[in-house]
Amino acid sequence: MSSITKKDEVMEAYTEALERLDAPKGRSLGQDALRRLIANKAALVSIIVLGVIIVAALIGPHLTPWDVAKVDWGSIRKPPDFAKGHFLGTDQNGRDLLARLFQGTQMSLMVAGVATVVSVVIGITYGAVAGYFGGRIDAMMMRFVDVMYALPYMLFVIILVVVFGRSPILLFVGIGALEWLTMARIVRGQTLTLKEKEFIEAARAGGAKPFTIIMRHIVPNLTGPVVIYATLTVPEIIITESFLSYLGLGVQEPLTSLGTLISNGAAVAEALPWLLISPAIVLVSMLLCLTYIGDGLRDALDPKDR
Amino acid sequence: MLSYALRRVLSAIPVALIAVTVCFFVLRLAPGGPFDGERALPEEILNNLREYYHMNEPLVMQYLRYIWGLLQFDLGPSMVIKGFTVSQLLAIGLPFTLMLGFTAFVVATAIGIVAGVIAAVQQNKWPDYVLVLAVMLGVIVPNFLMGALLQLFFGVYLKWFPAGGFVYGSISHLVLPVTVLAWPHAARVSRLMRGSMIEVLGSNYIRTAKSKGIGERLVLARHAMKPAMIPVVSYLGPGLSYLLTGSLVVEQIFGLPGIGKYFVQAALNRDYGLVLGTTVFYILLILVLNLIVDMVYAWLDPRVRYH
Repeated sequence: MSSITKKDEVMEAYTEALERLDAPKGRSLGQDALRRLIANKAALVSIIVLGVIIVAALIGPHLTPWDVAKVDWGSIRKPPDFAKGHFLGTDQNGRDLLARLFQGTQMSLMVAGVATVVSVVIGITYGAVAGYFGGRIDAMMMRFVDVMYALPYMLFVIILVVVFGRSPILLFVGIGALEWLTMARIVRGQTLTLKEKEFIEAARAGGAKPFTIIMRHIVPNLTGPVVIYATLTVPEIIITESFLSYLGLGVQEPLTSLGTLISNGAAVAEALPWLLISPAIVLVSMLLCLTYIGDGLRDALDPKDR
Repeated sequence: MLSYALRRVLSAIPVALIAVTVCFFVLRLAPGGPFDGERALPEEILNNLREYYHMNEPLVMQYLRYIWGLLQFDLGPSMVIKGFTVSQLLAIGLPFTLMLGFTAFVVATAIGIVAGVIAAVQQNKWPDYVLVLAVMLGVIVPNFLMGALLQLFFGVYLKWFPAGGFVYGSISHLVLPVTVLAWPHAARVSRLMRGSMIEVLGSNYIRTAKSKGIGERLVLARHAMKPAMIPVVSYLGPGLSYLLTGSLVVEQIFGLPGIGKYFVQAALNRDYGLVLGTTVFYILLILVLNLIVDMVYAWLDPRVRYH
């Protein structure tokens, strides 16, 4: 409802102008980092390629002419055949490799996502608590991390396989629960310096509880290292998963992952090389992209360069 | 030096104990057991089996029994491969596994150091770029994939080397496995070596040495190598542990007669005894090797001893 004096409209125009005026705006850390990440060509190309792979893995299964589980009795163990719609060929059971590849990529990405989230959550909590409380608690907690470092990683992963057995989700939660060690170290180091800052002192003076201080004031300041570390953890977990699947300890049929596909392909590579080559290309390009993105992020978020 | 060595040895003992404890309890908490077969065993037999392996005792008793056994170098029995102890199985497979791991370690470290020095001296010329590519491949491509691809190209298509298996005394059977195992390690070593060598070559005392008129090679060998090696040596410990565990995998890929086969089978069959025994053995081995590496490090860099 407009009033007689048109006060509202005037006010609106004024605030709009004010917004447009908006004195020289400071660039936030995030914007700055994003701008520099995009300026990094290798990282930009990697982001695009990875994006294409992720989108393809998500919507691809709906577009392939052959379903994952469908057996084409007419073309078993056939190389790529465009007329029949087997763009990457078929496996020993007459299943379309392209459809399997989409399914496998999806699985590998999901596993990596779950495990990374678990490792980041544990790492942040553990590191922030150790760093914030310091003293004897810190010494004990970090000593435990040192001991865990002494365990041979692959053997411990295999122990977890024995424990968690055939439940893939639990297994990858377990892998995530092993990957947090470095994260905890980084977060602890950052927390040690952060907790001496004035704004933490102010929060403490304001009566905030340790938990609130850690969650509200310390964790948000750790975004940089956490993002970099998470990006670098994803390829590591993809490798671990595909390695376990390769040994027959990971994802089980009828589900599949890139590791399972490579393992199956490697067994018959002499006669049916296409079963090995295409999953291998997808795996390597994903790992390559993630590594470049991680490197790019590290450069972009490096406070020294700002 | 001696007191430093003593302190390091003493601090390794609690680490070993905690690591063994974690492995023991994590494995015992697992649902299911080594005696779950295709058919359920009768209750009496199960009880006898449990009694034989002392699995009917309280967990703490089992744990103490295990530690007591370890102190006498007894790694316990295998629960699926009947009639064998873990030590016996290790004695069968381990010599090969260690041989493979150490061969790869020596080859990779030597290649990595030489390649790193060349890349540092020829900085931003073609040898440097070749190295960057090789390092990228080594770090990115997982070893099982690298193994499969090398098998396919060099074993099946080109027929340069056998694609798998092993005949005693044959070196050509070892070329591909050692390559797969050594590549990532060589990549990391060369990257460290390149970085530290560039830094050392830029320092003042190297300039002094050069200005005295000493030849390029002599400066490298006499003055630059030792300090440039320090970061590399600090990586050798983790690197060696990576190679010794990685060897288990490479054996699987190439069908080699090491301990890897037993270990993966044991994981599939839930053979707690064998999995635990092998892991504990590896933990202790890696701790000892790390101690040795630390000693070498302290010898290279005297500052370390006083921390």
